[in-house]
Amino acid sequence: MEALSPLREGPDPNEAAMDVAGDLSKSMIKFYRRYPSITHRQHRSFSLQIHASLCRLMLTITMASEEQVKNSTAPAMFDTEAANCLMKELRSTFLAGKTKSYEWRSSQLKSLLKMLEDSDKQICDALFSDLSKPEMEAYIHEIAMIKSSCKLALKKLKDWMKPEKAKTNLGTFPSSAEIVPEPLGVVLIISAWNYPLLLSVDPVIGAIAAGNAVVLKPSELAPAMSSLLAKLLGKYLDNSAIKVVEGAVPETSALLEQKWDKIFYTGNGRVARVVMAAAAKNLTPVVLELGGKSPVLVDSNIDLTVTARRIVSGKWGCNNGQACVAPDYIITTKQYAPVLIDSLKHHLVKFFGEDPMNSPDMSKVGHSRHFARLKKLLDDDKISGKIIHGGQTDKSNLKIAPTIVLDAPEDSLIMSEEIFGPLLPIVTVEKIEDGVEFINSRPKPLAAYLFTNTKQLKEEFVSNISAGGVVINDVTLHLMVDTLPFGGVGESGTGAYHGKFSFDAFSHKKAVLYRGFFGDAPARYPPYTPGKLRLLKALLDGSLFGIIRALFGFS
Amino acid sequence: MEPNLDDFEGELKELREIFNSGKTREASWRKSQLKGILSLLKEQEHDILKALHQDLGKHHVEAYRDEIGTVAKSANYALGNLKKWMSSKRAKLPLASFPSSAKLVPEPLGVVLIISSWNFPFGLSFEPIIGAIAAGNVVILKPSELAPQCSLALANTIHDYLDTTAIKVILGGRHVGEKLLQHRFDKIFFTGGASVGQFVMTAAARNLTPVTLELGGKCPAVVDFISSSWDRKIAIKIIIWGKFGVCAGQACIGIDYIITTKELASTLVELLKKYINKAFGYNPKVINSIAKIINKNHFSRLKELLDEPGVKSSIIYGGLPDDENLFMEPTILLDPPLDAAIMKEEIFGPLLPIITLGSIEDSVDFIKTRPKPLAIYGFTNNENLQKKMISETSSGSITFNDAIIHYAADTLPFGGVGGSGFGRYHGKYSFECFSHEKAVMVRGYLIDFGFRYPPWNNKKLQLLKSGLRYDYITLVLIKLGLKSKA
Repeated sequence: MEALSPLREGPDPNEAAMDVAGDLSKSMIKFYRRYPSITHRQHRSFSLQIHASLCRLMLTITMASEEQVKNSTAPAMFDTEAANCLMKELRSTFLAGKTKSYEWRSSQLKSLLKMLEDSDKQICDALFSDLSKPEMEAYIHEIAMIKSSCKLALKKLKDWMKPEKAKTNLGTFPSSAEIVPEPLGVVLIISAWNYPLLLSVDPVIGAIAAGNAVVLKPSELAPAMSSLLAKLLGKYLDNSAIKVVEGAVPETSALLEQKWDKIFYTGNGRVARVVMAAAAKNLTPVVLELGGKSPVLVDSNIDLTVTARRIVSGKWGCNNGQACVAPDYIITTKQYAPVLIDSLKHHLVKFFGEDPMNSPDMSKVGHSRHFARLKKLLDDDKISGKIIHGGQTDKSNLKIAPTIVLDAPEDSLIMSEEIFGPLLPIVTVEKIEDGVEFINSRPKPLAAYLFTNTKQLKEEFVSNISAGGVVINDVTLHLMVDTLPFGGVGESGTGAYHGKFSFDAFSHKKAVLYRGFFGDAPARYPPYTPGKLRLLKALLDGSLFGIIRALFGFS
Repeated sequence: MEPNLDDFEGELKELREIFNSGKTREASWRKSQLKGILSLLKEQEHDILKALHQDLGKHHVEAYRDEIGTVAKSANYALGNLKKWMSSKRAKLPLASFPSSAKLVPEPLGVVLIISSWNFPFGLSFEPIIGAIAAGNVVILKPSELAPQCSLALANTIHDYLDTTAIKVILGGRHVGEKLLQHRFDKIFFTGGASVGQFVMTAAARNLTPVTLELGGKCPAVVDFISSSWDRKIAIKIIIWGKFGVCAGQACIGIDYIITTKELASTLVELLKKYINKAFGYNPKVINSIAKIINKNHFSRLKELLDEPGVKSSIIYGGLPDDENLFMEPTILLDPPLDAAIMKEEIFGPLLPIITLGSIEDSVDFIKTRPKPLAIYGFTNNENLQKKMISETSSGSITFNDAIIHYAADTLPFGGVGGSGFGRYHGKYSFECFSHEKAVMVRGYLIDFGFRYPPWNNKKLQLLKSGLRYDYITLVLIKLGLKSKA
């Protein structure tokens, strides 16, 4: 999900972010060379070194974006000390066991639902102010989605919390076993600006359902929603266990210094690397929900009208391309491209009118930095003369017209980075099968889409293309299905959520084995004898016959 | 001898090409490799046991139990279930997305790196390899340089029995490990200590590589009063075995220390002493019933633990180190100071502290206030205590009235939480650990609701509201113009 989180907001934060891991590795290597046999105490001092170098690098990033921070309207500074206090409070709430009970979890989910019902007007207003998001989009893609995931969690919570029985084998007989889900502890959720409500509250639902104490850090790039979330969550939920911390780089850095039991980050790969390196210090597991260039492969034997409108609504009707699962580019055959393009243009006019820049049904570009980046993609020399539709920009209103680019070269900017905006390149290939190869030669995307009626192509696509999710004959829809795990692979992230998977993402599955003392196999214990070895072999083979033979001294 | 890794990038590229060729995805390939592991274990049993004896002084029955038998069991289990694991799972869909179908398709991650540790050099290498192969990945194994004979045996046997174009062993020490970690893998599976774990994860962050960290921790055994003398006897045997009988306590799930009540302590100590002699003989070093300490560093670490003031005086049994043979006597300590290193660090050796508390229920608080261990063992028939332990403490696993054995249960996930690591494996979980579960949704063209698309109007909003509530009757009414508000 190319949702630019705070750390990116500096003149040169990318490199700094990339350096964090490198710097740490180097200092680690140095340290280990110096102390080949490391003791506990040395290790501790070493950990401090890591910490220091991490803080220093975070600071570099912070200073790089000082300008931006100065302009931000964060009310009060949230520093390391404040983060310590916050963590202390949440830890004690968690250790008291409050958040573990079914009653607490369900009461919080109910309040959350009530919050959504009471405040949909405020939510739509905030989304409009941050992103000019049409009410309809705000409703379908944000409010309704969370409501349904909240309702699902409430309905299924008891089931999810139940221990799962596990079979036991002959080697451990007689015994019974179960897998007990337990909350991880205090978790941090860092969300993004493009779906500022959905991407904040959806993981919070999973964290609450699993019985954790939660800190949410909404994106400062959607300021209206950030402050609304702080206000609403403060009003409706239990503040001793669920907190919102608003802010940008310094706040996020202060948060990342703490020892969390899980960090759930939605955003881009650059910041994800910083988050994961910070998490490594405390061995904290992470879920990284990132993005990538999600391709759409369009075959020629399709229902053109339905295909075109599904693509147009998926690209421009979902926050104007600023969605992690939005189609990034299209691949089709040389022959079919003109037909497809005509139909796309037709539906663009049908959906957004002749003057899309002023259509109330289209979101604006998130913020000015992001606008400048998109403008740069358009101004790239490599695609000059290849823009076949749209291309107009309006800096003052942060609007860019729906734009189609035909045959952008592979090394152009628009084909090298995630677009995350209303620009749609179309890549043409000789045969449709070449499209599969094209996709496979690039980093693994969050989603891959295919429009075809050929069974064989469908099968090839599903089995050969590695992506977070695959949808055949539609786009983005898998996001709304709570029985499917939502998450990336490779460059598009790790870990998955939605529905039961959200609960699992914030739970530890504890293995519990109950044994009786009866029926103990003495073969396991020393003193070791040849007879015991035979019995062991039989036990581990699981062959009853062998066990009997061994017990009677045969074989 | 350390390999030259200068052209590792080239080698990695070749491995990636092998993966892209789709060879490792074939069920037949996965099966043949799993069978290869089985015949490797069977035919090379002698060499494996010999290497384990050289590096760790493991008795051959112990070695067979922990490193050959258990692995063969897992390989068989994977072979038996492979087809089921590889098949895709249907997912239910709401009516609103009709007509469509959805499934979860497991796919291999790509080229995976497995870094294993020295204490169970074969077990902890093959167990994840089985999962990685079953899931269809290309595998690079870096065994520990601290068990050199075992690592060499691993490299040789894997070379002889498995497909070396897709399964590689890289030998070497820390230096080689560091170099390896500079490259991009699709998954890193690490077994070892927390400090190296941090290093591995930090390196992985650079490429956003997902990691599984199998670490350790101080695994407590809570010993309650057990009324039946038969049960008590078995409990004692299990504890002795779970502490000294698994690589001399050098096991991540070995019992680290005992918690019991003040009342029970003296009986427990007497029984432990008695059965230690029964199990290992009066001179375990000579009859080789207990493994040795891996190397000098670890040996002196253990000696340092014992030398701390306050700790030395708490030794009530054993405590005699034999520097020359790196052999440490089974040692029992009663109530060493809680702030001593022996009660703060993972012991990873044959030293067994016993902590006494006022009541056995206090053990829950004692465990709760310390870092989360990989395993907790409870020797009790008291169901209330069992329940309290399950719900109030957090650990990778809990086993009642036994120890270690959960490692062999294929149906249970094995892995830590908090300080003891994250990610899980064994059985089906090993397969999942090395797979990506791809969500696949297939739609038809037949029905396509216009209200999904802009330009937006109020009617569409109402339609969507009812559609998303799965309120199909209202949806039809609005569609027909018979109702205006959902």
